[in-house]
Amino acid sequence: MSDNLGTIVKNGLWENNVVFAQMLALCPTMAVTTSGTNGLGMGLATTAVLVVSNIIVSLIRKTVSDQVRIPVFVVIIATLVTVVDMALNAWLHELYKVLGLFIALIVVNCAILGRAEAFAVKSGVTASAVDGLAMGLGFTGALTLIGLIREFLGSGTLFAQASQLLGPGFSFLEVQVAGYGGALLMILPPGAFAVLGFLLAGKRILDDRLAARSVAATTPATA
Amino acid sequence: MTPFAYTAVQTVASPHAHGGNAVSRTMLRVQLALTPATAYAFWLFGWPAFFLWLITLGACLLFEFISLRLMGVPHIRRTLGDSSALLTGWLLALTLPPWAPWWVGVIGAFIAIVIGKQVFGGLGQNVFNPAMVARVALLISFPLPLTQWVTPLPLTTLAAPGFIEGLQITLAGLPPPDAMASASLLGYAKTELSRGSDLVQALAAGHAPLISWIGIRAGSLGESSALLLLAGGLFLLATGVIRWQIPLAVFAGLAIPAAIGHALDPAHYLGVIPHVLSGAAVLGAFFIATDYVTSPTTAPGQLIFGIGVGLLTWVIRTYGSYPEGMAFAVLLMNALTPIIDRYTKPRILGRTRAGKPLDIPAKKGA
Repeated sequence: MSDNLGTIVKNGLWENNVVFAQMLALCPTMAVTTSGTNGLGMGLATTAVLVVSNIIVSLIRKTVSDQVRIPVFVVIIATLVTVVDMALNAWLHELYKVLGLFIALIVVNCAILGRAEAFAVKSGVTASAVDGLAMGLGFTGALTLIGLIREFLGSGTLFAQASQLLGPGFSFLEVQVAGYGGALLMILPPGAFAVLGFLLAGKRILDDRLAARSVAATTPATA
Repeated sequence: MTPFAYTAVQTVASPHAHGGNAVSRTMLRVQLALTPATAYAFWLFGWPAFFLWLITLGACLLFEFISLRLMGVPHIRRTLGDSSALLTGWLLALTLPPWAPWWVGVIGAFIAIVIGKQVFGGLGQNVFNPAMVARVALLISFPLPLTQWVTPLPLTTLAAPGFIEGLQITLAGLPPPDAMASASLLGYAKTELSRGSDLVQALAAGHAPLISWIGIRAGSLGESSALLLLAGGLFLLATGVIRWQIPLAVFAGLAIPAAIGHALDPAHYLGVIPHVLSGAAVLGAFFIATDYVTSPTTAPGQLIFGIGVGLLTWVIRTYGSYPEGMAFAVLLMNALTPIIDRYTKPRILGRTRAGKPLDIPAKKGA
């Protein structure tokens, strides 16, 4: 499973994207993406947990027996989530109030246990760390994108309150569309499903186009 | 399609009679049935209502065309020509406030055609009534423009907005002046109840919205005239486009609890007449709940479906936070339609209800 790192990164960001390809972790995806900032914060918190849990699981993969591996992984992930939870509560309290319960629910985020089971337990430390980072960033990207679209359509803003997450230097990200009240539905759960559906359709169309182009590019070469 | 293969499939000798029915003919009849009520609405609410109707229909056709194009459907013109998109747009327009701005119609058309219908695979595949999906999505998304009713200003009166003024109201979204803003009867009753007033006195007060069969009252574009909608519904019944089960059951489901509630406590429950005549009850019972695609196929199933729609409408109107619940009730029962169909499946000939072959005694002497 120790492919080259470039493939791992590409897998995490696009080919095997947690949300758009594996369709995992849909609960936080639907629930917290009411704004770009929320999506970004949730994604980064998950990334942190994912990277560290992948590293630890990879380190102990030879000592833990097959029979008890899942409880052990869960304990590791739960510990890390608790750390992130407390850290957010201490330093990013505003974001913590918004994300609330969903930080604790990173424990049951199937993407993390999924990566531990599918990748870290079979791979070396470096590969696992890169995989965790790529998967996490892919997840973050997906959440931020969904969050931005819903935020834009639903309340007419972009990255509202980003300065609370990233520090006052990032307040330039905050955009307010003048004179647009927003469609409330996009902030509500149906909006999340609709946006995710259209994005999935878009990704498939894009993949099809890319595949068709690569076929077209290789055919004359072989002919 | 070789002639030989064609004849091999046929089991009966020719000539074959064709009933002549087609999707487009059914849709045309429904549109014909809607015409009197729509024309009346144009007269009642003036040019803005007409523009909104036109924009919604046009946008529905446009989105249908775009969807079909994207999906690579071979016969776009023929599929568009079945006028199902036109009917969806028409029904949607009838549920909108008559002076709503143009973008309400366009966004509604997008939700109805793309999200409500084509995403599921087009006509016949959708789970929910597209017009009602759009109506509910609009109501939740834009509560303000979707609940701004205007006092009827018939075209023939002087105060009615002229052609240009009407265009401005629809396109520039000029809000109606306060003097023209008005509450629908159900909305008025809801407000009065939440203020803790007695419904009997509130309705007797001079400024209460009137109930009338003819329908000079505030409300959605097409829900005003119960009489004309009823006429259209009876036309549909007479031509066999719809069957009597769903409309009757909707009215029963709405009227029976209304009658009981009103008899027990008139101060808190509206009577049968306001329930049936106001809001979208008539429009919904004849034109919306009877959608072939999203309602059960068997007669008992249709009765259950209709009663569910009526009852839920009454429950939402009475206990919910929205004054009108027809659209929500239809959507909820749409969701139940597959289950209703499953449990009202007719018995297969020669088999028991459970699907086992009937135990036919062997012939004597065999």
